[in-house]
Amino acid sequence: MENFTPVSAALGGVLIGLSAVLLWLTHGRIAGISGIVGGLLTPRTRDVGWRAAFILGLIAGPPIVAALAGGMPPVAVTSSAGLLIVGGLLVGYGTRLGSGCTSGHGVCGLARLSPRSIVATGVFLTAAIATVLVTRHLVGV
Amino acid sequence: MLRIVTALAAGLLFGAGLTVSQMVNPAKVIGFLDIGGNWDPSLAFVLAGAVGTVALGFLVVRRRLAAPLFAAAFDPPSARGIDRNHVFGAVLFGIGWGLVGLCPGPALAALAIAPAKVALFVGAMLVGMAGFAVFQSLAARRKQAR
Repeated sequence: MENFTPVSAALGGVLIGLSAVLLWLTHGRIAGISGIVGGLLTPRTRDVGWRAAFILGLIAGPPIVAALAGGMPPVAVTSSAGLLIVGGLLVGYGTRLGSGCTSGHGVCGLARLSPRSIVATGVFLTAAIATVLVTRHLVGV
Repeated sequence: MLRIVTALAAGLLFGAGLTVSQMVNPAKVIGFLDIGGNWDPSLAFVLAGAVGTVALGFLVVRRRLAAPLFAAAFDPPSARGIDRNHVFGAVLFGIGWGLVGLCPGPALAALAIAPAKVALFVGAMLVGMAGFAVFQSLAARRKQAR
């Protein structure tokens, strides 16, 4: 467990939580990333403005923090191009079909004690752990 | 204008949180999911910090305000039941997440840091989301035609 970083992890978690509280306080909306992005990709798109602004902030936040901290955080993507495409398709389709991802179900849903979110979080965590077990230990993609 | 500024601020905070916690790094996320390897429990601490903050924050907001500051009403997710699609969607998402180590938030947050590889994932993710919307409207039209 030499990579374990509990303090920065919890601190980052609090910032993510504050973001969700801010969006709830000002817009009355749940900070679920797949829902915010997916809402722009439906036939009848509503409230483009705040969705686009949130996504812009999400993309711009990391380089700004990096500039303040004096260095880009490591982003190690080890997957092949094919795996990135398959993974992206599954994440995109799956989060819309399941009505949420790690932020909407995992953070906001668990905090609101939503039974739907508790089930979804248990299921996607189990599926992800099983996938890593298979790909990193059994077959080696 | 305030609606846009506050949404932008919320996005910036979210991106900052993912950076500070290193969740923008797929290797860090895989380290958490890989319970059979060199396990890194950090993601559980991110989740605990975020869930605790949201639980407390939502409680305070609910006690003090009848409506959000810049919208007509609070808009919580519509309470639909737990059906087959809901569970199947979570399974598909979990497989994709485990394959690459990226979920929607960190994927967008990592876009400006490692554009070459992350853009491929984000592009496919957007196609998957749009594909779902297309399937859904086709299914709705078929139901109407019946």
